Amino acid sequence: MSDLKTAITLHKIVKEFSTGSQTIRVLHGIDAEIQSGELTYLVGESGSGKTTMISIIAGILYPTSGSVSVFGQDIYSLSDDDLVRFRLQNIGFIFQQYNLIPTLTAAENAAVPLVAAGMGRDQAVKKGEAMLDNLNIADQARKLPRQLSGGQQQRVAIARALVHEPRLVVCDEPTAALDAKSGRRVMDLLREVALAADRTVIIVTHDNRIFDLADRILMMEDGRITHDGKTLPDH
Amino acid sequence: MTWIAIRMLTGDRQKFFGLLFGVAFSTLLISQQLTIFINLLERGATAVYNIPTADIWVMDPVSRTPDVALPMPSTALDKVRSVNGVEWASPLLRSGATIRTPEGDLEGVTVVGVDDATLIGLPKTFIAGHREVLYEPDSVVIDSSGAAKLFPPGFDPIGVRLELNDRRAVIRGIVDVDPSFTSQVILYTRYSNALAYVPGTRNRMTFILANASDGLTAKQVGERITDATGLKARTRDEFARDGIDFIVENTGIPINFGITVALGFVVGVAIVGLTFSLFIRDNIKQFGALKAIGVTNAKIRLMVAAQALLVGLVGYGIGILLAAIFIALGSINSPDFKGFYTPWEIPVLTAFVVLTMIMITGWLALRSVLKMEPAEVFR
Repeated sequence: MSDLKTAITLHKIVKEFSTGSQTIRVLHGIDAEIQSGELTYLVGESGSGKTTMISIIAGILYPTSGSVSVFGQDIYSLSDDDLVRFRLQNIGFIFQQYNLIPTLTAAENAAVPLVAAGMGRDQAVKKGEAMLDNLNIADQARKLPRQLSGGQQQRVAIARALVHEPRLVVCDEPTAALDAKSGRRVMDLLREVALAADRTVIIVTHDNRIFDLADRILMMEDGRITHDGKTLPDH
Repeated sequence: MTWIAIRMLTGDRQKFFGLLFGVAFSTLLISQQLTIFINLLERGATAVYNIPTADIWVMDPVSRTPDVALPMPSTALDKVRSVNGVEWASPLLRSGATIRTPEGDLEGVTVVGVDDATLIGLPKTFIAGHREVLYEPDSVVIDSSGAAKLFPPGFDPIGVRLELNDRRAVIRGIVDVDPSFTSQVILYTRYSNALAYVPGTRNRMTFILANASDGLTAKQVGERITDATGLKARTRDEFARDGIDFIVENTGIPINFGITVALGFVVGVAIVGLTFSLFIRDNIKQFGALKAIGVTNAKIRLMVAAQALLVGLVGYGIGILLAAIFIALGSINSPDFKGFYTPWEIPVLTAFVVLTMIMITGWLALRSVLKMEPAEVFR
């Protein structure tokens, strides 16, 4: 078992993609530890490998080599079904494009992970409504995504990511489609609702408007972590 | 997850109705065409089943169906009557003729001459008149579909004089029978009258209708008749089947209807497959998100299966209903559709075809979802 403070351990992570006869190495043996109770940013230019890394951390992309431990569990030693179950129980996802189901109401969208875990429809939707209430959009619970603004849709996506109380929340560019004010509000919400001593939030972003809100910033370049600190390097 | 799958589908009205249309259209085309095909085939047997009293049909060995028959010498009747086991035997004349209507139009008809004494060979149910009207001079009885074909709606044909092969024929009754395969007007008259109406060769008797004595089957007596007379004897069901087989073997109907049914299937697969694929493609990010969140491939399969099943069930129901309405309206309004019905096998077969269709299209649509890596939602 890892240290209780350590939520995620990456050990010599290598990821290669094959395109025909060519093999491209995207991650070059990454070692890192991410602590509980911290808002960790993964930043870097496009193509630096941050999306690949967060996919591997979230258990949705097998590394070519190396191991990933999430809350003490070597996730890629699990069978496919067990890995899916692990994600369902422990990880919440927030996507850049929200990926809400357009024909479900906000509350029903928020309830999806609970339904996937086998909870009854009514109970799950009630919990979804309660989570929307936590995020101050209870009055939008019965609306369809297309009836909501971008910021409201992002809150519904956050509600969906948090409704099943996961210990790890991974976010892909959560503020990219929002104005500066809404973006900061979303980050404040994430800190307030998602973060706790035994939980961690990892955010992939290159939105420099919110860099000051990070507890820790891991900067990536060409598939390697080139900086690890509370702020970005000066250069 | 099933309700989520259903909501995903029904919420996208355009595609949902497109899918329903595809399945319903396919179901309608297949079931309606099969219904018409089966009923047309059965028209090959109506001439036999319209005469319920005869168990055995005796004919020249080369005769094949009620309408493809070589007349026999009248002495054949006595030969058949003398066969042990024959309870009774009656002559039947069936031949084509031409009538001139009161309006002066020409119409091809089938003249059926039934036994003068017993009127065996006459259909059972009269809509107008009664059996004995055939004993009146120049009397003919017309079939109900023929009457609807010859005369305008609401017109009472009783008493109308027709010119039948240059002779006078007066309609004195209407019988309720299903039309024949050719849908020709049928005129029933006494055998002696028919001989006058239908000029021809020395041999005029087309069939001998017979019944088996108690304790013997029609099949047994038929074999005895063949052995004793050299004539061909068929039981009612066998001869009805011969009429159907003749259509199958000698017309392009099975191929034509088969092509239409196949087209119904292909068009259904094309419409449903394309729309389903578009639906899945539009929702691929959502399916990817579900996979990332922790929905297993097994649950995704169930979701797509539920969507396909809903489309299949509702579309099939609509299609079958439309086909039933089409056949019912046809039966009411057109004499050509008289007696049409949908055998239970057709909805069952159509359901099987629709099931195959949605399984193929569902599987094709599902492939892209199953192949999708959940990590793609981050790209």
